[in-house]
Amino acid sequence: MTDFIQLPRVRKPARAKKLLRNIPVPAMIGLVLVIIPALVAIFAPWIMPHDPTVIDPSKALIAPFADAAYPLGTDNLGRDMLSRLIEGSRISLLVGVLGVVLAGSIGLVAGLAAGYYGGIVDALIMRLVDALLAIPGILLILVILGVVKPGLGTLVIVLGLTNWVIYARQIRAEVLEIRERLFVEAAKNVGVSHTRILIRHITPNVMPTFIVLSTLSVATIIITESSLSFLGLGVQPPNVSWGLMLTTGRDYITNAWWLSTLPGLAITGTVLGILLLGDWLRDALDPRLAV
Amino acid sequence: MGYYIGRRLLEVIPTLFLIVTIVFFLVYVVGDPVALMLGENATPEQITAIRNSLGLNDPLIVQYGHYVVSALTGNFGESYQYHEPALAIVLERLPLTLTLALGSILLALVIAIPLGVWAAVHRGGAVDHLVSSVSVVAKAMPSFWLGIMLILLFSVTLGWLPVSGSGTWAHLILPVITLGTGTAAEITRLVRSSMVEILGQDYIRTAYGKGIRNSAVVFRHGLGNAFIPVMSITVLQFSALLSGALVTEAVFAWPGLGQLLVKAVTQRDMPIVQAAVFVVALMVIALSILSDISFKLVDRRINLD
Repeated sequence: MTDFIQLPRVRKPARAKKLLRNIPVPAMIGLVLVIIPALVAIFAPWIMPHDPTVIDPSKALIAPFADAAYPLGTDNLGRDMLSRLIEGSRISLLVGVLGVVLAGSIGLVAGLAAGYYGGIVDALIMRLVDALLAIPGILLILVILGVVKPGLGTLVIVLGLTNWVIYARQIRAEVLEIRERLFVEAAKNVGVSHTRILIRHITPNVMPTFIVLSTLSVATIIITESSLSFLGLGVQPPNVSWGLMLTTGRDYITNAWWLSTLPGLAITGTVLGILLLGDWLRDALDPRLAV
Repeated sequence: MGYYIGRRLLEVIPTLFLIVTIVFFLVYVVGDPVALMLGENATPEQITAIRNSLGLNDPLIVQYGHYVVSALTGNFGESYQYHEPALAIVLERLPLTLTLALGSILLALVIAIPLGVWAAVHRGGAVDHLVSSVSVVAKAMPSFWLGIMLILLFSVTLGWLPVSGSGTWAHLILPVITLGTGTAAEITRLVRSSMVEILGQDYIRTAYGKGIRNSAVVFRHGLGNAFIPVMSITVLQFSALLSGALVTEAVFAWPGLGQLLVKAVTQRDMPIVQAAVFVVALMVIALSILSDISFKLVDRRINLD
């Protein structure tokens, strides 16, 4: 009698092979734009021509293409631009990914709990979400940075703590709908525990949304990191980040265009790649998210 | 309607309360206000004196009570840098930031509505593709970098506009473009997708069938119905714009709230930071309620419950 009631199997949401076979052109461009900085970041120690932090005033402000040893020129302190861009890719991408891991974890748990349990849990979480949404992102980060010392760890935590809200909202909305479906009802009726229902039956169904949100969040977080570093409140020297490089670039705007142009191109290219990939993933995995 | 407005206003209270609590938690529990105030060179006597005068030896719950009461009455204490009430300083800088934000929203709407409509009408054509490509690139650019590039082109190379500062109309042009471009991209995408959806509706076919002029169908029947979703996103964008304004101000040395805040954060001038967060949050909340109510007045079909 026991195997009379068969719970429907959890369907794998992504069909990876089929997805990869017909990638549209923009997504292809996106993939390339993301893979390049990712590879550069991974192999940075081997491909960096100079030490990105070594100062040499005699080599200051060499223009790009003027000296074969410094193909992209040097900055105001004579540090090699190419090496600094490579080193910057490591920190920008690392902060982006770690920030998303943190934001995504908090947001997933909060969204699942709010949507599934409802009632007081839902009310509390959603009030917190509303409150956080009323404070523009950077402002909240600034409050935190006012009391905590800036640095890489702080930066990741701060970005995680301010970016989970969008996950919580979207996933809650989705769970509200999923929990009414028949397979959840069936699981409940045969006595599956709440935790198990959440993990085995609901979480796999919110995964497409989760993946799409994560992709787009990496883009948001990279931009926020560069803004904070530009303001002097994010990545601190001697660490290198694209945003931090732009601060110097702004100061030398009248006589060294490459100091501001190159790091900005790196950020824009990477973020553009992520956005293009994200758009494609959204259309492929979860069309409902389209604006 | 009156009931609805009343309920929305009541809902503000817990939200405000939470914001005050979050800020209290950050400043008093995570950070140490005395250390923030005195810096690292303070003597133990100074610290005890300040602790007593600020009531920091009271139980946390008593401190919290004091904090909530003073925050809700707009008293965030004196700025450590300027020795004036923090709220007054924030309110003095606010108009400059609002000028920037409103200017950018206007610019964004002026660009986004025609482009979005054009792309939707010629859906799938060259213009449509161009508009979507440009808008995705605009979204990928950090606004402050766009600002630096605009300075490089229009101020340094061409010499047409001032590099930074404020005071004249010319000073406003580059910051507004910097800030408005991302918003324009966002709104263009939305105008396009709402128009595409609306132009596929039956009543649009009916309008064409009655022989109404093409432009009248697109603008009156089409755009008229896209108005609400577009305006509600525009209102939502306002919060993002304020974030962007903080950074844009740093690029152009625009003496608004952003400059004040960044300096306050680096100097650990917490009264200013708290006052600014409170004022901005209040503005965002008020705006969202006002927009919900006005949409309800415009379109009776909207169900706000």
